[in-house]
Amino acid sequence: MRNSFFKLAVPVLAVVAALLISALLIMATGRNPLMIYQKMFSMTFGSDYGTGQIVFRTTSLILTGLAVAIPFKVKLFNIGGEGQVLAGAVTAATVGIVLPSETPPLIAITLCSLSAMIAGGFVGLFAGWLKVRFGVNEVISTIMLNFIVQALAGYLLTWHLAVPSTVHTPEIIRSAQLPMFDSIIGIWQKSPANISTLFALAACLASWVMIFKTITGYEMRAVGLQPEAADYAGINANAHLMKAMAIGGAMAGLASTNLVLGYKHFYEAGLTSGIGFIGIAVALLAFAHPLWLVASALLFGFLEYGGLTVNAYVPKDIFMMVQAVTILMILVLTKAMRGS
Amino acid sequence: MNAAAVRLSGISKKFGALWANRDVSLDIQAGSIHAIVGENGAGKSTLTKIIYGLFSPTSGSISIRGKAVRLNSPREAITEGIGMVHQHFMLIPELTVTENIILGDERSPLFAALKKKEAVSNIQSIAESHGLTVDPNALVSELSVGEEQRVEILKLLYREAEILILDEPTAVLTPSETEQLFKTLRSLQEKGKTVILITHKLNEVLAVSDTVSVMRKGRIVATEPTASVTKSDLANLMVGRNVLLKIDNPPEKPGKDILNVSHVNLTDTKGRSRIDDLSFKVRAGEIYGIAGVEGNGQSELLDLLWGMVDPQCIINGSVTLDGVNLKGKNPAEIASSGVSHIPEDRLKHAVVPDFSIEENIVFGRHRENTFRRLGGFDAASVARYTKRMIDQYDVRCNLESNPPLGTLSGGNQQKIVLAREIDRPNLKLLILAQPTRGVDIGAIEMIHKKIIEARDKGIAILLVSAELEEIISLSSRIGCLYKGSIRREFSTEEIRKGRGSEQNFGKEIGMFIT
Repeated sequence: MRNSFFKLAVPVLAVVAALLISALLIMATGRNPLMIYQKMFSMTFGSDYGTGQIVFRTTSLILTGLAVAIPFKVKLFNIGGEGQVLAGAVTAATVGIVLPSETPPLIAITLCSLSAMIAGGFVGLFAGWLKVRFGVNEVISTIMLNFIVQALAGYLLTWHLAVPSTVHTPEIIRSAQLPMFDSIIGIWQKSPANISTLFALAACLASWVMIFKTITGYEMRAVGLQPEAADYAGINANAHLMKAMAIGGAMAGLASTNLVLGYKHFYEAGLTSGIGFIGIAVALLAFAHPLWLVASALLFGFLEYGGLTVNAYVPKDIFMMVQAVTILMILVLTKAMRGS
Repeated sequence: MNAAAVRLSGISKKFGALWANRDVSLDIQAGSIHAIVGENGAGKSTLTKIIYGLFSPTSGSISIRGKAVRLNSPREAITEGIGMVHQHFMLIPELTVTENIILGDERSPLFAALKKKEAVSNIQSIAESHGLTVDPNALVSELSVGEEQRVEILKLLYREAEILILDEPTAVLTPSETEQLFKTLRSLQEKGKTVILITHKLNEVLAVSDTVSVMRKGRIVATEPTASVTKSDLANLMVGRNVLLKIDNPPEKPGKDILNVSHVNLTDTKGRSRIDDLSFKVRAGEIYGIAGVEGNGQSELLDLLWGMVDPQCIINGSVTLDGVNLKGKNPAEIASSGVSHIPEDRLKHAVVPDFSIEENIVFGRHRENTFRRLGGFDAASVARYTKRMIDQYDVRCNLESNPPLGTLSGGNQQKIVLAREIDRPNLKLLILAQPTRGVDIGAIEMIHKKIIEARDKGIAILLVSAELEEIISLSSRIGCLYKGSIRREFSTEEIRKGRGSEQNFGKEIGMFIT
């Protein structure tokens, strides 16, 4: 009882505190925070298009959040969502370009998504392997892998994939493109919201089932909570560390489908920048719980797009600060409330 | 009569909804040895931590030598002349005895040279006047456990502590080291120091203390001069009912050899010999007790039997279970061949404290088909099994609220571990390491009963324990482990005879383990 109350109170308090601080910042720019919040709301959840934008952003963040949350269950901190989603994006775009144009949509979409997941998963797995085999701290290896993947993606784009004198690849085949919610059920018109949102929700549910309902998840949680006891119980901790990193990476890879297959239909430089990092914040806010993650991603999706909508009045950077302050507040409040 | 060294008035301490201490009032006379006994979770540790300034009480007040104080940190307690020897020593092995003692009290300016020579002679004179022999220039890593404890006591004396709190000081000592410690305590008392002794070993209370206080459920239920109480008085006060201190142990009927350890040598990664030509057998339906002081190869033997030895260690000799080799197998393989292991450090190795009772009761056995359905657990079957085990082992918990295991008392946690391990299908060998450590008297009784029941079902049991009393009263045969080999094995007949005069028998065993 007390525990569940505490779990709910921390994120709520953190968000409220962050909004108060942002109100002060908005006042410092000479604007009325209430007016800004009101505008922000009417242009986001208050409008059909705005809601679609939020759903679109939320989708990516759910998946990059999962990329952090799943390794978190075995006490690994995957900072590599950025590189993993990028690896996925380049791969999905490449596969989408080289497939013959008469490929049926189901096969094309499956192939593109799967290859994106494999690419992201491989990057994650590599960091996991470095950890298990050489004891390399996963925070360091995933950061380094971010740089490596970025450089590699830049090289591939510039020298092999880009349409001459642009920074993007050619368009993927039509059948690999994901339908918009707009075109199927007519909601969120003209917004980039596409059916990969369903992929993300399915991934959340599947992750929840895996972590809390399967034997694999049970063993993973044991490894994360009490690694030595897991050893005594005959659980192969190393296998679970690598598995968690691979699955995390695959989730980040899947996030690229929202951007490449759903939105742009090609890969361009910087398309995925930042979403891997925000994923860390999303996972922290949700205490790495795969279902709470949806709410957490929705908040960050709202702040991200909401910041853009009022950019004419106040710098959108204020809302980036809100995101950061939220995370800091969570860390502080968790410590403070545990300590008391 | 002079003022009490420590006077507690109405001390209460609340953690969440739980009262760890409730309205505790206690006078500890200056110059006395005052023992505080109680079951685990009775609130002894909390009380001492309040006296030592680690916790601040929810209500109530403390006065030291007649002066009311508020202690907010150990540092403040030290300036009031209160010092504490923790159960786990706080020493840095890479530093010398002197360096450890003066750490935090160097008595020289920050960037000035350390006055080590002065400190050494200072420590030497303190040590001599209290009969605490230890070389001030030795590295702590080279000391025995008893010597380390002396360093801890010296640390307090160096800081001129007048009131010394010792938390379970004999838990890690050999019988002769315990004797030595008691001599030290008496000499401290002669010098006018006050000693507060926290323990659950009733023999020691009777042997060394002047006054004894019994705690139960956070309250002091009695404070008596030690001379006027008996062991069973104390036991009754601790648990509030009559407990059997003697175990009903019917004669065993041993069968064929199950575990056969033959000429095993183990050299650790640093090239030190940890197990030296060790041979023994455990038969079905008997309890083989390994007596010995920690650090004589017990943990290496347990690791070896459970397949957890560092692969870089060199192992010779053979280990077989019912004729099948165990060496080089991993814990999962060993477990599935019919071996259960209850490791010594329960919270670290045997359970996941954050997991629920159900999750813990299948922990390590979660691959068994009865608990599985598709890729997950068969929730109904696990729930049924948990219910059955909890009833059989009398685990006190509220299953409906599904609490994490870590919130249960040590005794109840251990019952869950025991239930899980004894009930393993096709169990042939049960390895028990300190099965009743940190467990209250009520639970000890039940655990011992269950161990004997398992024995009578024909399971071979290997019992490694630092509690001689436990070894003597449970074992069918006893091997005295010293420096990695069995120095003397006591037969069933010898043990039966020995139980008649347990104290003398304990001393005899003591000779072979030191």
